[in-house]
Amino acid sequence: MKLGSLSHRKSGSLWAGVLTGTGIMAAVDEIIFHQLLSWHHFYDKSTLEIGLLSDGLLHSAELIAIVAGFFLIIDLNKNQALVKVRIWAGFFLGTGGFQLLDGTINHKVLRLHQIRYVDNILPYDIAWNATGIFLLIIGIVILIKAKKSGEIEIYKNKA
Amino acid sequence: MLQMHTFNSWLPPIVIFLLTLAYWYGWFTLRRRQKIIRIPHAISFTVGMLLLSIAYLPEMMHWGHADMRGHMVQHLLMAMYAPVFLVLGAPSTLLLQILPAPIARRLTSILKSSFFRMISHPVTAMLLNIGGMYLLYLSPLYNQMHHQPFLHHLVHLHFLLAGYLFTWSMIGIDPGGHKVSFRLRLSVLFISIAAHAFLSKAMYAYTWPKQSIHSDQQIQEGARLMYYWGDLSELILLIIFFSMWYKSRNDSFKSVPV
Repeated sequence: MKLGSLSHRKSGSLWAGVLTGTGIMAAVDEIIFHQLLSWHHFYDKSTLEIGLLSDGLLHSAELIAIVAGFFLIIDLNKNQALVKVRIWAGFFLGTGGFQLLDGTINHKVLRLHQIRYVDNILPYDIAWNATGIFLLIIGIVILIKAKKSGEIEIYKNKA
Repeated sequence: MLQMHTFNSWLPPIVIFLLTLAYWYGWFTLRRRQKIIRIPHAISFTVGMLLLSIAYLPEMMHWGHADMRGHMVQHLLMAMYAPVFLVLGAPSTLLLQILPAPIARRLTSILKSSFFRMISHPVTAMLLNIGGMYLLYLSPLYNQMHHQPFLHHLVHLHFLLAGYLFTWSMIGIDPGGHKVSFRLRLSVLFISIAAHAFLSKAMYAYTWPKQSIHSDQQIQEGARLMYYWGDLSELILLIIFFSMWYKSRNDSFKSVPV
């Protein structure tokens, strides 16, 4: 298996991280908030019809993302094209991005469901989206650092 | 009379058991000659047949007839879980090798016919599989099924065949299958999973099938089973799908065509 170019490997690792991160966050959301806490509703009457359709598409994409991301990572690793720091950057960008998208588009625009069915939902919304922004910032910081010392990281990895 | 009825209701599990025995007979006969179907494949096929026989148990049939949840468990087993394991057992490869040459040749020509190639294409197989479910739950077909036993059996058979066809078009390991690109198969899988998730949530939201013998609550519980357990089977399918992709990229020689 021939190795791709340097930039190809870097972007490959970043995307593998994004896919895995998005998928894992979606799975955490489903397992913890849907199944264990039962905070989220499977469906509530405020859900828009277009929301149901986009929910199906999003759900499918999440499921594929987690599996595709995982196999991309082991494939990159097998072909010595894995840039670990980029995986981590992508992972945090993916988790944070999903959390923020879920908290704004899914919860507020499409009204798929709310975080919890209580009188004052604002603190929950703030905590939810702040977590998303926080994770995104971690991802961005790692990415900036990786850009500064990216080359070194790759050779460390190859050794 | 009663005994005849008991026999009839046990007929499907008995047939499934006999087919499993036939598979193992073929496997042992051929184990030196063929390299494609190894012991894990044979075990996978047996697991698939076991799941299928559970779906066809008389108690399960009664539950599925009276209760939407039971119906959904049957659907999940017949159309989603059993096919994954059966397809990995490559029964058609085994069949082609054990049959006398003239019959095997005829079967091969059927498998290569344009009709079979058309219905086993991922897009067609998806339409047959998921499209069949939309038709069943959104039309009066579901209610009619409860009055006509013949129709009921036909629906179950469709679940199994369409589920098998779809799974085969995605992860079939039999040689001579479709050479459909990875991207196309992945796109079809994406639409299929989305369509399944959407249908189950829509059934929950609008309590489809309408005017059925089931209470709204039962339909909603059935739809939830369809959503979450359908998810798990799709996850298993995806893991196999991507592990085949990984294998095809990293194997220097391919023993199993993907």
